[in-house]
Amino acid sequence: MQQNFDSMRKKNILMFLIIGVFVLYLIRLMSLQLFNDQYRVYADSNAFYQRTVYPSRGLMYDRNGSLLVYNQPAYDVLVTMREVEDLDTVDFCQTVGIRRDVFDQQMSAVKNRRLNPGYSSYTPQVFLSQLSSETYGVLQEKLFRYKGFSVRSRTLRSYMQPIAAHALGYVAEVNQKDIERDPYYVPGDYSGRSGVELTYESVLRGEKGVEVLLRDAHGRVKGRYDEGKRDQPAVPGHDLTLSLDMELQAYAELLMQNKRGAIVAIEPQTGELLAYVSAPTYDPGLLVGRNRANNFRTLERSPHKIFLNRPIQSNYPPGSTFKPAQALVLLQEGIIRPETQVSCQMGYYYAPGHKVGCHAHASPLPLAPAIATSCNAYFCHGYRTMMDHSKYGSIHVAMDKWRDYMVGMGFGYPLGIDIPFEKRGLIPNSQYYNKWYGEKGWRGATIISNAIGQGEVLATPLQIANFCSTIANRGWFITPHLVKQIEGVELNSAYKRRNQTGVDAAYFEPIIEGMHGAVLNGTARGVQIPGIEICGKTGTAQNSAGEDHSIFMCFAPKENPKIALLVFIENGGYGATWAVPMASLLLEKYLNRRVEDTRLWMEQRLLNANLIELESY
Amino acid sequence: MNRTDVTPFWKALDWWVVGLYVLLCVVGCLSIYGASFDFEHPGFFDLDQRSGKQFVWFILALVIGVFLLMMDSNTYYNWSFILYAGIILILLLTLVVATDVKGSRSWLNMGFVSIQPAELAKFSTALALSRLMSSYNFQLRQTKSVLMIGSLILLPMLIIVLQKETGSALVFAAFILMLFREGMPGVLLFLLVCLVAYFVLSIRFGEDLLFQTTSLGPMLVLLLIFIILCGMLITYRKDYALVKGLVFIQLPIFVVALLVNALGWFAFDVNDVLVTMLILTVLFLLFKALVLRMMPYFYLSLFVLFSIAFLYSTDYAFDKILEPHHRVRIQVLLGMKDDPSGAGYNVNQSKIAIGSGGLFGKGFLNGTQTKLKYVPEQDTDFIFCTVGEEQGLMGSAFVLGLYLALFLRLIYLAERQRNPFARIYGYCVVSILFFHVFVNIGMVLGLMPVIGIPLPFLSYGGSSLWSFTILLFIFLRLDADRTQYR
Repeated sequence: MQQNFDSMRKKNILMFLIIGVFVLYLIRLMSLQLFNDQYRVYADSNAFYQRTVYPSRGLMYDRNGSLLVYNQPAYDVLVTMREVEDLDTVDFCQTVGIRRDVFDQQMSAVKNRRLNPGYSSYTPQVFLSQLSSETYGVLQEKLFRYKGFSVRSRTLRSYMQPIAAHALGYVAEVNQKDIERDPYYVPGDYSGRSGVELTYESVLRGEKGVEVLLRDAHGRVKGRYDEGKRDQPAVPGHDLTLSLDMELQAYAELLMQNKRGAIVAIEPQTGELLAYVSAPTYDPGLLVGRNRANNFRTLERSPHKIFLNRPIQSNYPPGSTFKPAQALVLLQEGIIRPETQVSCQMGYYYAPGHKVGCHAHASPLPLAPAIATSCNAYFCHGYRTMMDHSKYGSIHVAMDKWRDYMVGMGFGYPLGIDIPFEKRGLIPNSQYYNKWYGEKGWRGATIISNAIGQGEVLATPLQIANFCSTIANRGWFITPHLVKQIEGVELNSAYKRRNQTGVDAAYFEPIIEGMHGAVLNGTARGVQIPGIEICGKTGTAQNSAGEDHSIFMCFAPKENPKIALLVFIENGGYGATWAVPMASLLLEKYLNRRVEDTRLWMEQRLLNANLIELESY
Repeated sequence: MNRTDVTPFWKALDWWVVGLYVLLCVVGCLSIYGASFDFEHPGFFDLDQRSGKQFVWFILALVIGVFLLMMDSNTYYNWSFILYAGIILILLLTLVVATDVKGSRSWLNMGFVSIQPAELAKFSTALALSRLMSSYNFQLRQTKSVLMIGSLILLPMLIIVLQKETGSALVFAAFILMLFREGMPGVLLFLLVCLVAYFVLSIRFGEDLLFQTTSLGPMLVLLLIFIILCGMLITYRKDYALVKGLVFIQLPIFVVALLVNALGWFAFDVNDVLVTMLILTVLFLLFKALVLRMMPYFYLSLFVLFSIAFLYSTDYAFDKILEPHHRVRIQVLLGMKDDPSGAGYNVNQSKIAIGSGGLFGKGFLNGTQTKLKYVPEQDTDFIFCTVGEEQGLMGSAFVLGLYLALFLRLIYLAERQRNPFARIYGYCVVSILFFHVFVNIGMVLGLMPVIGIPLPFLSYGGSSLWSFTILLFIFLRLDADRTQYR
């Protein structure tokens, strides 16, 4: 019985031991499976590989719907350091077309956490970017031999014609600051850096998508998860329709070759830019692809400041093109009437022995002919009369009144074009002169140069073109802009609203008559095109840096203007010399869509003109 | 053994065990299909796939089972020693002719199929032990018996260790459970627990130094020995006076030794003081045993001496005898090393697989951890992961339940045997199967070190499935004939 009792006891001990183990395991199972969420997260991060799908960047069309900017595939070579094994370095270098020392350099650059803060030996890192399709083709076949290397396909900007570089801007890889500023970006992404590419970055870039893939323990992709039901497709960027006229743009750039300066053409009724040239210009394709860095450096070093966006970033004295603005203020303020005559004896004496010179023309003249002949005395007289007029009480009030009109006509502040980094020009106010001369230290005569667009007054070519457009509209303008339409997105309302100048429409008629006169028998006779009524105003801006700037602004036709145009040629001498014939050709090109054979000699003369010693860049 | 005739086996067969067996094997096939599922080869019965092969092994195992059931149950008794000797020979042969597979020399290539004789040694040793222990006049507590049992168990164990299959060799330790049931003193089982505790403590805290002089691990073990000694003195001798004396003399000395070290007056190993005090205690106990003629004091002093000897051989064994990868596995399990990509990788991924299963699992064939091969050995040693991940807690608990039901049923069957041979063999079966489940699932759940032994009936592999089938079905045959014996 003792033996039996002992056996039963031991049997029970064994059973409890076994049951105890199973209970322990069950508790452990519950603690793993029910009371711990992290294991699911680990499992997901183990198995799910969220591959970013890059959207294609929005395309750009010109105003007539022809493609200007598109995307071409390019291939980045990625390296996952952990997986690199038995690499035939010589063979690899040959395949991707780099030298051995470049290979070593790149490898250490990838591993350098200072240059590549996001480095991890487990994840793919960019080793070489932007391989061409041909190189990719060769690499693709051999890729299986290079363990740890993979290829990511991206798209690069491509251009139908090498034009409009300054308007379009360029894209570049995001830097650390971009990444910190906007969580959308990860290293290796591209974003717009200047021009339209930058302004419209948020609509052009689209939305990245995600592909949820299953990845095994070796990191190999084993297929889509859940048949792609959790994927988020990439949303391509919105396409832009630019206001540029590709033909006009290309022609303008052609004529501007070997010259420094700017051309801005605006459709007055809409404020849309028809042409936007900064010369010298460059092929936007140079800033794409693997040679981007080299090309960028070369362009940046050019003595001609190629990256200076002249239409919006150069402050020039507007010269005589400022005279119509002057006249409008004087008319509105009642300082002059259109019939007011001012005599001019080869200049205007604002003090004994001091005069602003003028050229030979009939005298005295009323307003319109004064504009046509660009009579300095007329505007000096008017401006000084206004400044010293008793009705304002002091010159300070008069000055600030004048300034307000000028600002109303688009001078003195950035206009708000959809290209970044616009400069403001300069319209001085009374404080400006108080600082220089003291409150009582200045009179109309002191600042007389402003009357003819010299002195302290500065304007960007865009502001002058916009002013010309304002005249064409008889008193209002729409902020100039380069993008006519965004696919699926409303355009900024600022580009639809009319800005009033504060000058009555009626006062514009004598100005327009004057500008018409300038073309018929004044300073701008060279612009005439049979069958088109053109109004124009020449300008010759003196400047400290050599030869005068040659300026010409015009619009046509006189009634229902279709185009307002500014040609600004740095150091081009008299406005009539270069700017006027160039404008003539451009107007004809835009309005008639072709240049008459009989005028090709003009074109030839302009093409041959080399106003700068432009080295090849 | 007066037997009238042979009962047809299906009449007396325990269908409960058969049902549990078939269920477990089917779960095994499905799990292997899930574990080795390849997106490109989704066929279940595809014989190129492991699930297909396992299904074939299973069908063949059933054939073997039926064959075993049709045999005369006396055969097993009569042939047990011969079988044992034969398998030992094959084990030795394997050691000589086997080619090296991942460092192990345990596979015997028979042309069309490879088998692992170490698997077969399990049931043959069980048969031989049962035969030995059921023989007339066998007394477990005789020295001769202990030596014979020890040899029967240690011989195959030794050969298998030489084959570098430490995991399979460890399985033979499972017979301790059977021995316990058959009359082995419980103290031995307690001693075993003590040894495991010594080992774990000394390894786990062996690298922690107190005052740059004293290793924490051995100190804890020495204190534990002292506490156990006091406990046993009270339990077996009710000798409160002695315990009081020991504590009041030794505790202050220990504290002073610690303080002297801590204050930096003298730098010496406090453990030396502890060992010296224990040795003095042993001498006193021996003196008491001799004077009072009381054997318990003798046994207690033996226990202390043996414990100290074990403690000081642990480090040696750990550093010199264990293979480096075993060392690392133990260190990882004890939390001494964190190495999720190295030695801890398997267990870590296994825990992720199971943990991510949740209550109901991810669904059949939807497990990402196992499907994408994050868990190594997922269709053999880590097969339980697949169940945990795809079937969740419900599925895992179900499988655990099947095993528990099987073991309890087997214990019930063993206890109802009239014939000691069948009863002892039944306990051998329970011991071996339980040890496998205990170690394997413990490992998968991160409670045991990584020891590569299969999960019975679930893990992929013909050899192991067949050996478990043979082990189990011989007992079913014996059980079916239980009424035939006197």
